Amino acid sequence: MKPAVIVFPASNCDRDAAVAIEKICGVKPLMVWHGDSTLPDVDLIVIPGGFSFGDYLRCGAMAARSPVMREVVARANNGTPVLGICNGFQVLTEAGLLPGALMMNAHLKFVCKDVALKVESNQSMFTSRYQAGEVVTYTVAHHEGNYFADDATLDQIEQNGQVAFRYLDNPNGARNDIAGIFNKERNVLGLMPHPERMIERDLGGADGARMFESLVASL
Amino acid sequence: MSAITPEIVAEHGLKPDEYERIVKAMGREPNITELGIFSVMWSEHCSYKSSRRHLRKLPTEAPWVICGPGENAGIIDIGDGQAAIFKMESHNHPSFIEPYQGAATGVGGILRDVFTMGARPVANLNALRFGSPDHPKTRHLLAGVVAGIGGYGNCVGVPTIGGECDFHPAYNGNILVNAMTVGIADTDKIFYSAAAGIGNPVIYVGSKTGRDGIHGATMASAEFGENSEEKRPTVQVGDPFTEKLLIEACLELMATDAIVAIQDMGAAGLTSSSVEMGSKGEVGIELDLDNVPQRETGMTPYEMMLSESQERMLMVLKPGREAEAMAIFRKWDLDFAVIGKVTDTRHLVLKHKGEIVADIPLGPLVDDAPNYDRPHEATEKQDVLGPDAFTAPESNADALRELLATPDLASKRWIYEQYDHMVMGDTIGRPGGDAGVVRVHGTRKALAITTDCTPRYCKADPVEGGRQAVAETWRNITATGAIPLAITNCLNFGNPEKPIIMGQFVGCLEGMAEACLALDYPVISGNVSLYNETNGQAILPTPAIGGVGILTNYEQRASIAFAAEGETIVLIGDTEGHLGQSLYARELCGREDGAPPPVNLSAERRNGDLVRGLIMTGVATSCHDVSGGGLLVAIADMAMASRIGATLDYDRGGVPSYAFLFGEDQGRYVITTNSPELVLEQAAVDGVNASVIGVTGGATLKISEFDSISVAELTQVHEGWLPAYMAIP
Repeated sequence: MKPAVIVFPASNCDRDAAVAIEKICGVKPLMVWHGDSTLPDVDLIVIPGGFSFGDYLRCGAMAARSPVMREVVARANNGTPVLGICNGFQVLTEAGLLPGALMMNAHLKFVCKDVALKVESNQSMFTSRYQAGEVVTYTVAHHEGNYFADDATLDQIEQNGQVAFRYLDNPNGARNDIAGIFNKERNVLGLMPHPERMIERDLGGADGARMFESLVASL
Repeated sequence: MSAITPEIVAEHGLKPDEYERIVKAMGREPNITELGIFSVMWSEHCSYKSSRRHLRKLPTEAPWVICGPGENAGIIDIGDGQAAIFKMESHNHPSFIEPYQGAATGVGGILRDVFTMGARPVANLNALRFGSPDHPKTRHLLAGVVAGIGGYGNCVGVPTIGGECDFHPAYNGNILVNAMTVGIADTDKIFYSAAAGIGNPVIYVGSKTGRDGIHGATMASAEFGENSEEKRPTVQVGDPFTEKLLIEACLELMATDAIVAIQDMGAAGLTSSSVEMGSKGEVGIELDLDNVPQRETGMTPYEMMLSESQERMLMVLKPGREAEAMAIFRKWDLDFAVIGKVTDTRHLVLKHKGEIVADIPLGPLVDDAPNYDRPHEATEKQDVLGPDAFTAPESNADALRELLATPDLASKRWIYEQYDHMVMGDTIGRPGGDAGVVRVHGTRKALAITTDCTPRYCKADPVEGGRQAVAETWRNITATGAIPLAITNCLNFGNPEKPIIMGQFVGCLEGMAEACLALDYPVISGNVSLYNETNGQAILPTPAIGGVGILTNYEQRASIAFAAEGETIVLIGDTEGHLGQSLYARELCGREDGAPPPVNLSAERRNGDLVRGLIMTGVATSCHDVSGGGLLVAIADMAMASRIGATLDYDRGGVPSYAFLFGEDQGRYVITTNSPELVLEQAAVDGVNASVIGVTGGATLKISEFDSISVAELTQVHEGWLPAYMAIP
């Protein structure tokens, strides 16, 4: 396994993602600076959480235009798995790798808490170690996690089975309680909750570890 | 240069005799830039002129203290070549004027104090005090402050893991926002502020300088009147994105050996940073202001020196290392400019457009700062009130239900869910417990961190209140199983020119010093905030204490949640049913009189040491200290955190049940255990009073045979108050 974590200015879950990968997958990921225009030969790309460019423009909009993203998009289109967590999910929608957008939470406040999620599909390299329909606990921490897509797009996403995770108790107003979605090919996953923060009992649970175990199994 | 008139002197917050001292120090009349520099350096905020002589009485030493008060933050040794660096600071005045930015920049400032010493910040906490919930401004101030703290801390990616928030009408016109940061560094990679090396370059990094926040330090050293909102332009604006870049860039440069000295630009910006670096190093500093990165055109030397633009640092580098350092800051898109050099003159010399615009001897600027021995008057002792002075409730369950929904005791979930308390992946004790707990990354160690103060006790008896504030942080840290190591503080008081206020200050410090000595728990950093008054109305004396302790193996720790059903509940410590100054008295009897509960420091230590030992050996399975609201509130907290009920059966030894259950006697803990005999035996050996008071289990808190309440209902009222209050537009 040859994972990479992309680091943008004010990414702040880059270390957390690296720690989780190293702990669960047993490999130290490459940390790749956003300004690099080339990407080494890797088989997993993680776009971590944080506040890339301060979220001063639309969340993820600036990061989606960083030099390295051209290469990330090309690799994703060639089938390399790409995982976007929180701000990373926002970046992936801004980069056009995932449909829809993340709007400000309906209650207009930042929210950090544990959330119960339903695993909608285990037919992917990110979720194979879960049972379909299983309820797991991850942590959310975001101000703009309110998933939006227009009716037609939403129908498409649902019909294609692109919903990966759904909230049981929607914390942000997301349409159809969507917490995370795949692209059509299921090699790109974006989700607002943080699997990398739930990798051991001391942190409040280990449900997130199985996402990384799933990746180990398929890569 | 315009001449200095008495009006100009007064506008700078200087008294006529203080101006005379300036003229004497300079040997001539100062110009306006020089006057501005003196005014901020001699402000209460920077010079501690009313408090200095009293602060000296605080114990500051212990074998584990690496650096006590006087630097940007204090440092303690946490073993294995690692250090914890921490400090707490107030941002009260700006937060009242502009709550979002005031609170946000408070967080930014305290973060810089910590990472400027070489530490990566790992935890933020905040101690907040607002006016009465009925006051028309409270909701707006609370919403703004919380959003500001979250907006800044969440973006920089440092978890906000705890704090406190209470309400009292005394804060109606003057809220308190005290922010604390804890960081971790290697003991051989600590950076100090003393400039050294004649000819070494002085470097400016971070954001550009603008006209924001000019005279913030002077504002923070004055009382408010009716027109306080006119001071809004002196509040700075925070840029957490730049702060995050600054943290990473500074830590990256600190990994090399290029830095001689480094200091953040906080209150009084370029002035205080250059003056402190020069005076601490006993050298001179010469700055060419034309090279200062500026956000606006036409800035005068006066404006540049007094600007409080945020996210800026000043450094002295080793000669020839500029290019290497610049490359790092350029990578992070931050300004980097050589703006001066270290000299041997011991003067601060400022050049602008080829001319010398200020030339101040640093010795007098720092050493001759006023140092007042203000008259102080001790607060009159209040009577100790027995349980009979207070009415019994209809039922203890009803009283508990009511207490849990009062503003001070109600759950603060609405606040802490707006803070990212999990980022960095090491938070193992989340907000809502006795202390926040973060692991020292990559080790078995963890830090337990808390902030506490009970201002109503301090008002009634400053000495006892000072003792209690320190003891309560010690207790909260102990309740996690950690060893308390040291404290920082934020001393918030009214106008020190009033003897009764100065007496509160002196009294609280006396009590704090006693507690620190008795508990081997020194003060390693701190901040004083005076003149917290509006229209002559002072706040309650509020010496907020931030405590830090260590778990050498975090596997052996306790949380407040009952661990399982069927465990024995044991009360540790003496219960006399002290209701004076209790929340029961205030909220249910409408009384705010009487002496506060006394703190017996030797019992405090005995009880705490016993409890910590029981946690470390796994005998105690959960633990909570008994504080505001008393025993029944503590038990309810444990039940709500675990959703496990309890059946109480206790010997109250002649104390009326409501006094036993709601009294705020100090030095007490509730623990649960599977080995009650072992606990009682150990307690007897240690000379500690311990008694079995019940057993965990079920979904109900059974207070007596006829008096019970479900845990679900307790949770509902406890969680309900703050969201309902904030939902009112």
